Amino acid sequence: MTLPLFFFYVFSTIAVISALMVISSRNPVHSVLFLILCFVNSAGIFMLAGAEFLALILIVVYVGAVAVLFLFVVMMLDVDFAGLRHGMLQYAPIGVIVGLILLVELLLVAGGFAIAPDIASSSVVPINPGIDNTRALGQVLYTRYVFVFQGAGAVLLVAMIGAIVLTLRHKQGVKRQDAGVQANRRVEDAMEVVKVKSGEGLRG
Amino acid sequence: MTSDLLSFSALAPAYPEMVLAIGTVVLLLVGVLAKRDQYRAIAIAGVVLLAAVALLILFQPADGVLFNGAFIGDGFARYMKVLVLGGSAFALILALPSAAENGLDKFEYAILVLLATLGMMMMVSANDLMSLYVGLELQSLALYVVAAIHRENAKATEAGLKFFVLGALSSGMLLYGASLVYGFTGHTQLDEIAKVLIYGERSIGLVFGLVFLLAGLAFKLSAVPFHMWTPDVYEGAPTPVTAFFASAPKVAAMALTIRVVMESFAPVTHDWQQIIIFLSIASMVLAAFAAIGQKNLKRLIAYSSIGHVGFALVGLSSGTEIGVEGVAIYMAIYVTMTISLFACILSLKTETGYVETVDELAGLAQTRPFVAAMMAVLMFSLVGLPPLAGFFAKWHVFLAAIQANLFALAVIGVLASAVSAFYYLRVVKTMYFDAPVLRFAAVPGELNTIMAITGFFIVTYYVTVGAPLANFAHNAAGSLF
Repeated sequence: MTLPLFFFYVFSTIAVISALMVISSRNPVHSVLFLILCFVNSAGIFMLAGAEFLALILIVVYVGAVAVLFLFVVMMLDVDFAGLRHGMLQYAPIGVIVGLILLVELLLVAGGFAIAPDIASSSVVPINPGIDNTRALGQVLYTRYVFVFQGAGAVLLVAMIGAIVLTLRHKQGVKRQDAGVQANRRVEDAMEVVKVKSGEGLRG
Repeated sequence: MTSDLLSFSALAPAYPEMVLAIGTVVLLLVGVLAKRDQYRAIAIAGVVLLAAVALLILFQPADGVLFNGAFIGDGFARYMKVLVLGGSAFALILALPSAAENGLDKFEYAILVLLATLGMMMMVSANDLMSLYVGLELQSLALYVVAAIHRENAKATEAGLKFFVLGALSSGMLLYGASLVYGFTGHTQLDEIAKVLIYGERSIGLVFGLVFLLAGLAFKLSAVPFHMWTPDVYEGAPTPVTAFFASAPKVAAMALTIRVVMESFAPVTHDWQQIIIFLSIASMVLAAFAAIGQKNLKRLIAYSSIGHVGFALVGLSSGTEIGVEGVAIYMAIYVTMTISLFACILSLKTETGYVETVDELAGLAQTRPFVAAMMAVLMFSLVGLPPLAGFFAKWHVFLAAIQANLFALAVIGVLASAVSAFYYLRVVKTMYFDAPVLRFAAVPGELNTIMAITGFFIVTYYVTVGAPLANFAHNAAGSLF
C-alpha cells in the first residue's frame, strides 16, 4: 500500500465515522465538534487529490466561520435537541433497512461501474500541472464560468434578503440614537430661557 | 480560455436575463433607500420590468449558445420565458389588492418574485447541468422565503419550513443524479452528454443518474409520487403566493424537464419514457381521486395542479416533436386558467376574511353572478369540455400520445379526466344550486380586469388565440429537434 492510499483510507474512515457521530451524539455541541473533524478530514482528502486551494478554503470557510457560527447558535438557542432526537433512534431500524437496501442496489450497480475512463484528459478544463490551483480557478471563474458564478451571486443575494425578511423586526417604542436628528437640533428647539420670579418658582 | 464578455453585442441572447437582474437590483436599492415601505410602487415597477423583459424577448429575439455552453437561447426558451414572465407578472398584480391581509405589504415580496423569475429564466435557458442547478436553486430559495413571508401566520411558516426541508432533499437527489451523469459521460453540457450517449453504450450507472435527476425534477413539478408537499404548501402559503407557485415555477420546471430529456437523453428515450409515463399516470389518477375529499379550496387547486402536471406529462411521454408542442400549448393554457382561478378566489372577501373552503362559495351565483359565471367557465375548462381552452390543451397532448401508440396512457388519461369532473362540477353545483350564506365585499378593479381578459381568451380560444398559439408552440418545439 502506498503512502497516499494509506492516508486516503485514514482520512475517509475518520470522516465517515465523525459524520455518523454528528447525527448520533446526544450533545449538540459534540455534534458540531464532530462536524469540524469531518470537515478537516475532507480537507485532507482534497489535499491528497492535489486540490490544495479547495482544502484550505474548506478549513478557512467551513471550519473557521460556518462551524464556529453553528457552535454559537447551538449554545445560544435553548433548543431541546435531545428531545428532538428522541424519536430518531426509535425509527432508526427502518432507516437502516432502507439504507441497506439502497446500498445493496448501489453495489449491484457498482458491478458495472466504470467512470468515463478518459474523464480527466477529455475534461472541458484540462488540469495543467504547471499551474497552481488558485491561479487555475481564477482563470476560469470569471471567464468560462462567469454565468454560473453570477448566478451563485444571485442565490446569495436571495439568501441575504430572505434572512432579513424572515427575521428582522422593527420594535415599536424602542429609543434609538439618530445622529442626523442630534446634529440638526438647534439651540432654539432644545432650550427655553425662562425668567423666574423670586419666591414663586416654576408653574405648569 | 474564451470569454463572451469581450463584446457586449455577443451577449444578445442573454439580454433579457441581464435586464431583469440589473432592474431587480435597482428596485431593491430603491426599496431599501425609500423612507417608507413603498411595496405598491415597487410591485408595479416590477410588473413593468417583467413586461419590458417579455417585450425584449418577443421583439428582439436572438439565438445562440453563450458562456461556453452554459446558456442557450432558442425558440423553445423564448416561448417558455414569455410564459414564465407572464405568470410572474400576473401573480404580482394578484397580490396587490389583498397585500396587507396576507402579510405581503413588504417590498421584498416583489423583489423575491423577480429574483425567482430570474432563476426560472436561467432554468429555461440552462444548457449545462451546473447552470441548471444554479437556476433551480435561485428559484427554489426565493420560493421558500416567499412561502414563509407572512411570518405572523403559523401555517405560512410551517408551509415555508416544509417546503424548504423537502426542497433541499430533492435538490440533493438532483445533484446526486447530476454527479452520476457526469461521472458516466464525462460531460456536464447537455448536448455533449447526448453525443456521448449516441456513440457509447448505455451503462446502468447512467440510468441511475437519470432516475435521480428525474426524481429531483419531478419534485419541482409536484408529480406523483413526489407531490406530498404540494397540498400543505398551497394551503399554508398566502393565497397570492399560492397563485404564483401554481403558475410560473411549474412552467419553468416543465421546460427544464423537457430540455433535459429531449436534448441530453434523446438517445435513451426508452429509458426515460417509462419514468415519465409512470409519473404521468400516477399524477392523473391520484389527483383525480384525492381531490374528491378536499373541502379547502386551495388544497383542491393543489390536487388539480398535480393532475394537470400529469396531463402535460402525457404529451412529453410520447417523446416526439408534436408531444413537446402539445406540452407547450398545455402549459400556456394551464397558466392562464390558474391565474384566472386565483383572481376569482382573491376577489371573494367576506367580513371574516378571504374565502378558503368550497362550502363558502354557496349561492355565489346570486350574490356575485359575474365571479360565479367566471368560475363555472374555469371549472368546465379545467375538466376539459369543448369549446373552452382546457379541451384543446388536453386534445393536443392526447393526440401526441395516440400518434406515439401510447393508447393505454391516453385511455387512462381520459378516464382520470372524467373522474376529476366530479370535484370540479361540485364547485359549480355549490355556487349555483346552494343557498347563499355569506356576503362579499366589492371586487377590486384589477382583479375584474384580469378575470375578464383571461376569461375572454379561455372562452374564445379556438377563434382568437388558438391558431397563433399553436404556431408559436410549433416553432418552439421545432427548435429542440
